[in-house]
Amino acid sequence: MNRPAEEDIHAYVDGRLASDDRERVEYWLQNHPKEAEQIAHWQQQTTGLRLLFNPVVEESVPDRLSRVARVSATNIPWRIAAAVAWLSLGLVLGYGLHGKSSSQDSFLTTLVHPAAIAHVVYSPEVRHPVEVGAEQQAHLAQWLSKRLGTPVLAPDLQSAGFQLLGGRLLPGDATAAAQFMYQDGSGRRVTLYVRKEASGNRDTAFRYADEKGLAVFYWVDGQAGYALSGDLPRQELLHLAELSYRSLEQQSQR
Amino acid sequence: MLSREAILDHLPRLRRYARALTGDRFAADDLVQDTVERALSRWALLRPGSNPQVWLLTLMHNHFVNQKRSARERLEQTTVDGILPELEVRSEQGDGLALQDLAAALYCLSEEHRSVLLLVAVEEMTYEECARILGVPIGTVMSRLTRARQKLARILAGEESLDVKGVKLEVVK
Repeated sequence: MNRPAEEDIHAYVDGRLASDDRERVEYWLQNHPKEAEQIAHWQQQTTGLRLLFNPVVEESVPDRLSRVARVSATNIPWRIAAAVAWLSLGLVLGYGLHGKSSSQDSFLTTLVHPAAIAHVVYSPEVRHPVEVGAEQQAHLAQWLSKRLGTPVLAPDLQSAGFQLLGGRLLPGDATAAAQFMYQDGSGRRVTLYVRKEASGNRDTAFRYADEKGLAVFYWVDGQAGYALSGDLPRQELLHLAELSYRSLEQQSQR
Repeated sequence: MLSREAILDHLPRLRRYARALTGDRFAADDLVQDTVERALSRWALLRPGSNPQVWLLTLMHNHFVNQKRSARERLEQTTVDGILPELEVRSEQGDGLALQDLAAALYCLSEEHRSVLLLVAVEEMTYEECARILGVPIGTVMSRLTRARQKLARILAGEESLDVKGVKLEVVK
């Protein structure tokens, strides 16, 4: 009997042959022990690869991924309206459309970069890390909301061991911005930078930026843009970003 | 026609393929995120009756390849370390191959070989689906699959040295 075709050998390894074809390959393998050994090894590879990677399917999907699907899914009418508006504007002015990359770039300059600078400037501050301390949290939120012109709340990060120290008002690129500072038991600090976004900006999923070695996660939710900065491992900072998002959502629903 | 929310159901399997392909948890989830964003902006292009999983994997594959092309000058971030802690536990299950060795060997394969092997063995795609995802003829799928399986076996048998991005590792026997 001739050697089975390459495709049949793989199909045999992968259990995809009909029974008579399978018997034909098995018969051939009985007389070709070297090939039989190779094929048994290939089957072990498959078993091993599934053992390695099937557990990923059981993991809970990170918020940032399920969020990206949901955010886009619920914003369809708005997105269509915006696309039509852009299109007509583009036709009138004779310009092309602005793509996603340009809006992403603009977040880097309006949100990520100032957030990183504010983090680097204020987080090492020992005596005056904040303008208004956490003990006046209600006043802090009220004051910053008024100055930014949009509701500003400090997320609760205590479940991750980070206590709110307080906040301060900052100059943004066009208007005011705010910074909240948090500290954990070992003195590590993270800051959350908040600015009011133009009402036309759509919500985004969590995005990551590396500002000269400083990790920053940023996202836009409704009227506010957020950037969380910290000299922390990326995974830990992402966890804090997700926690911030959930906490802000809970507080705003109250 | 599939609803856009249905993409949520595909996330766990997209994460599996991305994790296996990149060997890095963060790079994998970034890849999934980019794929989902692309998919949502092109949802109208998904033809009725076609398999959304195949379509999503095609988008992911194309994005992965383009990303690699544009980032070729950068040092590759693929590390085996990121997945090793989980592996140690499972290697006690007494399967035929030591899983750590298998994982290390997997990332010594070229991306062409790794992707076809993972699509067939882990994602259980048909050979025709692999051809569509990878954008190559089915004959190429079969020959790459043969070379991937042979090379993996040779690495695991210690006949080829482990060479992860220029770092020589010794095969643990």
